[in-house]
Amino acid sequence: MADTTIAQTQAASTKPSVDLIKTTGFLASLLQRYEILRGYSLLAPALVFMALGILVPFGILITMSFWTPAGFEFNTDFSLKNYQDAAERPIYGALVTRSLWISGAATLITVMFCYPMAYYVAFYVHRNKMLWLILMTLPFWTSYLLRVFAWKIILGYDGLINSSLSGMGLIEQPLEFLLYSQTAVVITLTHAWAAFAILPIYVSLEKIDRSLLEAATDLGDGPWTRFFRVTLPLSLPGVMAASMLIFIPTVGDFITPALMGGPDGMMIGNLIQLQFGRANNWPMGSTLAIVMMLSVGAAALVMYLMTEFLKRRVA
Amino acid sequence: MSSYINKPNPGLTVYAWVFIFVLYAPMLLIPLFSFNESIYLIFPIEAFTLNWYLELSDTAPMWDALWNSVRVGLISAVISTALGVFAAKAITRYRIPGKGPIVSFMMLPLVVPGIIFAVAILIFMNRLGIPLSLVTVTLGHLVICIPFAIATLIPRFEGFDPSLEEASADLGENGWWTFWRVTVPMVMPGIFASLMLTFTISFDEFIMAFFLTGTDMTLPMYIWGQLRFPQRLPGVLALSSIIILISFVMVFLSLWLAKFGLQDDQKGAGA
Repeated sequence: MADTTIAQTQAASTKPSVDLIKTTGFLASLLQRYEILRGYSLLAPALVFMALGILVPFGILITMSFWTPAGFEFNTDFSLKNYQDAAERPIYGALVTRSLWISGAATLITVMFCYPMAYYVAFYVHRNKMLWLILMTLPFWTSYLLRVFAWKIILGYDGLINSSLSGMGLIEQPLEFLLYSQTAVVITLTHAWAAFAILPIYVSLEKIDRSLLEAATDLGDGPWTRFFRVTLPLSLPGVMAASMLIFIPTVGDFITPALMGGPDGMMIGNLIQLQFGRANNWPMGSTLAIVMMLSVGAAALVMYLMTEFLKRRVA
Repeated sequence: MSSYINKPNPGLTVYAWVFIFVLYAPMLLIPLFSFNESIYLIFPIEAFTLNWYLELSDTAPMWDALWNSVRVGLISAVISTALGVFAAKAITRYRIPGKGPIVSFMMLPLVVPGIIFAVAILIFMNRLGIPLSLVTVTLGHLVICIPFAIATLIPRFEGFDPSLEEASADLGENGWWTFWRVTVPMVMPGIFASLMLTFTISFDEFIMAFFLTGTDMTLPMYIWGQLRFPQRLPGVLALSSIIILISFVMVFLSLWLAKFGLQDDQKGAGA
């Protein structure tokens, strides 16, 4: 019984291949011969899709940033007007700077809170390490919108803190600074991205050769000196990766500022969204998106160079 | 294991548990208040009720949005995982010139702000004259899901011995059948992990949906619309609780499969 099944499947498996070679003989033999070609052809579907989904839209985004709106259509003549506006009107520059500051603050705080956590799992958890890692990253995969919403429940005008405080008779008026402030945005961003920051830091800590730490101890370093002279410098790549993974995406966030920021907490992402929404000025929106990308890139580069400099100083 | 470096550290242990608590507490408030009879968010909770859940089941637009999200999620998950399997095999098994830059390029959506891709795809669709619909949302979700599918599947391919595939080839199977009868069963846990993870990402995704949705809403878009009405808050809380529960279970299973399956295999191989 079992033998016949195997024989059947073998027959089934050889037959189509014979047909295949007959029909596409040249191509098949080519693929057979060149490993590189086979690798590329396997990679092709995903790569082509990503190229179509990233490069082409991005090219059109750049093109459109040089256009101007004309009623419901676009004036496709090349123009630098949008970029001129972006440079001259103070609101744009102010929002970009503010976005960089808010994201920078959120990044710094997140990394500072996450480092001890990653350190704990890397050095002090021996059993169920995977369970800890899953437990820490799990919230990151759930709806971003709902994680922001959760903070609105806590900090909101009718939220948990205000209702409870006034319920206890401690305050007469709701505390307004809780919601609709930059602080609220930073708190929410920090919480929303914490799960993401732990992994890169954890990986870099886990990679550290434990004998280096033993050597430092044997040579007379106390726990703190050892940490600052060995562990921290060696984990800097992870800290750097974590910072980038938080900083770059959060600069463009518009959900958190929309729900938590109020007018003071508005970020560049909100303005971009506005251009594609109510303001209906897509070319300006495209320009702002590109300006934002360039600013983030520049800021990230400065961060990277600073870490490199620090690393050299330490080494 | 050197004992003097790994002494238990009570301070850090307490910190870790507080960290986990703070990480989860805000999200757990949502289900907690979804059972509250009062429509105000205030401690202590007045009385337990399932009314908001019952009311939710009568809301037709919610069911439409849910069905839309499920469809978009399933299609995104299947396509991104299928493309991910081939890409992960190519990346781990073949010598591909320019592999590093290619992989980095495909991982871009993990780093670049979502709004950039969303507006870029929006303009692209507009120029092509394609009207916004669930199809455009799905395309946007695929851009986000493919990198995650590849990242989930690569460790799975790295975790199993290529000599198994070679053995199959030596025993006379051609590449196609080796793939179906050796490779796919070996990476099956990774495929399940990738399917569940990409489904959850698509199901919860908001930014792409925000810019690329036509008239048919996905569930996060529906919630976004409801947030404007304070009196609908309890219903939103109930709906959000269900979404959070589904997401937690799916992602936990996915991460468990991706990581634990791998560990077991490696142990088996080492023994």
